[in-house]
Amino acid sequence: MCGGLAATPALAEAVKRGSKRVLVVFLHGGVSQLESWDPKPGTDTGGPFRAIPTSVPGTHISELLPHTAKQMHRLSIIRSLDTKNGDHGRGQREMISGRDQPAPLDYPSLGAVVAKTSTPAGFSLPGHILIRGAGTGPGSAAYLGPQFAGVAMNDGKPPEYTARPDGLTGEDDRRRAALRSRFNDRFAGRRRTADTDAYTFSYDQALDLLDQREVFDVTKESVRDHDRYGSHEFGQHCLLARRLLERGVPFVQVNHSNYDTHFENFDFHIEQLGEFDRPFATLVNDLTERGLLEDTLVCVMSEFGRTPRINDRYGRDHWGTSWSIVMGGAGVQSGGIIGRTNADGTAVEDRAVDHGHVFHTILQAIGVDSLGDFHVAGRDHPIADPAKGPIDELLA
Amino acid sequence: MIDPTKTHQTLEYKHGRPLLAVRYAPDGKAIYFSAENTPPQKLLLAGEGTEPTVTPLEGGHDSWVKSMAVLPDGDAVITAGYDGRLVWFDVREEKPRLVRVVEAHQGWVRSVVASPDGKLLASCGNDNLVRIWDAAEGRELAVLPGHASHVYEVAWRPDGTAVVSCDLKGVIKEWDPVAGVLRRDIVTADALWKYDTTFRAEIGGARSIGFNADGSQLAVGGITKVSNAFAGIGTPVIVVVDWDQPAEPTESDNTTEADKQTAAQAAGLKQLEGKGAGNGVCWGVAWHPEGFWIGQAGGGGGGWLRFFKADASEDFHAMKLPANGRGMALAADAQSVAVAMANGYLRVYALHA
Repeated sequence: MCGGLAATPALAEAVKRGSKRVLVVFLHGGVSQLESWDPKPGTDTGGPFRAIPTSVPGTHISELLPHTAKQMHRLSIIRSLDTKNGDHGRGQREMISGRDQPAPLDYPSLGAVVAKTSTPAGFSLPGHILIRGAGTGPGSAAYLGPQFAGVAMNDGKPPEYTARPDGLTGEDDRRRAALRSRFNDRFAGRRRTADTDAYTFSYDQALDLLDQREVFDVTKESVRDHDRYGSHEFGQHCLLARRLLERGVPFVQVNHSNYDTHFENFDFHIEQLGEFDRPFATLVNDLTERGLLEDTLVCVMSEFGRTPRINDRYGRDHWGTSWSIVMGGAGVQSGGIIGRTNADGTAVEDRAVDHGHVFHTILQAIGVDSLGDFHVAGRDHPIADPAKGPIDELLA
Repeated sequence: MIDPTKTHQTLEYKHGRPLLAVRYAPDGKAIYFSAENTPPQKLLLAGEGTEPTVTPLEGGHDSWVKSMAVLPDGDAVITAGYDGRLVWFDVREEKPRLVRVVEAHQGWVRSVVASPDGKLLASCGNDNLVRIWDAAEGRELAVLPGHASHVYEVAWRPDGTAVVSCDLKGVIKEWDPVAGVLRRDIVTADALWKYDTTFRAEIGGARSIGFNADGSQLAVGGITKVSNAFAGIGTPVIVVVDWDQPAEPTESDNTTEADKQTAAQAAGLKQLEGKGAGNGVCWGVAWHPEGFWIGQAGGGGGGWLRFFKADASEDFHAMKLPANGRGMALAADAQSVAVAMANGYLRVYALHA
């Protein structure tokens, strides 16, 4: 990374061939599992929506996801999340770190772990990118170091500081960087530390990003693709995610907000899943057709689900006891269902799992030994929660 | 003698499942109600001290029933479902009989109402359409496009010459139901809609609708001054529109509540809000022939009946309900209202001592 190294076509090909990627779509607020992945029509908790068949015989999801239903043979549903938590902040931290909260340490987020383990040598883009219009900010890298922390594309715009100030030419900037490198190298010869490496990295990454700013420009995609994904924010962010994944970014997270529907849950899920469905299905399809899904783990998650009981304002409240996520691609079985809830969705009947198991599974699916350790500054840190393990039956 | 200040409960029926909607039979001898995950029901009122008889209107739907129309002769009930269907029932016999099922709208049917002469029906729904039907034969007579968002409510003007509709954004239109065309965009009741930038979603729509006796005023109920759409933090409101002096169509670009109030005043719209009203939605509105509006609110602030004189914007009387109400109907003799309760009860309130 030192001195800057713009991606070349040859490198891009090498990146595509060998590297793995993770795409997380985070539905902030807590999407209702009964209005999405685990419908219970005709029950007292089921609400007014019906279930529709999918491309997997025998598997049904909510009628609010007609486009995603046609992609379910590429995805699997985990219907047995039991995270025992109904707090937004805690739920977000647990799902994205795989660790029970509150925790004695600040654990690295999934994006940081993936960036650390799966960024190819010489890769000049950030390994951990968050595309957000709302929802929480980029994940922490904790003890892995700031070079693996998330880089935010707020409102889908290029990361901060990827544009040169007016009046500063590229040539002048490179000459300044060369001078800085000489001073840095002389200093590092005497007092090199992890901190100085981090400072150097951030300057070098900034320079690399300046030369690759076009990577973050979704307007460069075709008019046809813009139409297929839709002009609204989430559609544009999914198209941007495809662009980044195609260029080998190891971890991309797209936020979609919001699903915290304590009031008029059904109307709002029509609206929010109406935004989610087509772009997400289009993205899964495109990743498949481009040969990327076999190396890209896709996961749709929230911080928790929603109560089976419908409150008196047509709402559903927070629920961490029996809810669902979806996973597919990379080393994950497709078209499967892991776990089962009871008839009215109020409890897990089979194969209860939580954020720790999900974290392990995502990493294993992209070839990372989640049972191993990071060795940082002379200490060993388990990559994932050592008290948990992967969902083996989900791994291909 | 009608005296809203003496309103009191005269009937309580426990259905068990949360109720959704309620309608009176024209002769006042029966009440129809719908509920979550059960067929709609016909409750035959009995004498004091006698348990009412309740029979289901079975079949035709595989989702909740959102709205019902009772024909003026009382012989038929047409139910509107979240499954997009209109279902006709013959209710003359003791056991209601399913007559026909029509796939009426793409997505929810939010409302169905019979014309005053009982010959036509108007329905509306999530396909952004209003439709006109032959009430006896179930034939679709007209499809009325024009709304750009889900249409929440429809109503017939009392003289039967017009249908009005109101959508998610408070856009109110008048239609010619016979010619099957739009007559005019009446007004946009901005107060009924908001885009919540925190939760990135729209909240709004007419949750109730009704004309006064001579059709000179239209009342549309909903929620306004929303500060948190996903928690339902807002004020129940009835927006009253003058039929004869409507405002010019306006673009709905008002963003602040103050802007909306100013625009409403400029457009000649009156907003009825309860004194000290808590959070909630106006789920029911009806004009009483003795010259006042009745609003039924439900939400975080509890369930309420509120009574507004025609020339006032604050209620002259309010009565707290034991639970949230989700719909209200005024009996044909105007002596009582029935309220569909979220806690599974149907309650009837006499509007007099």
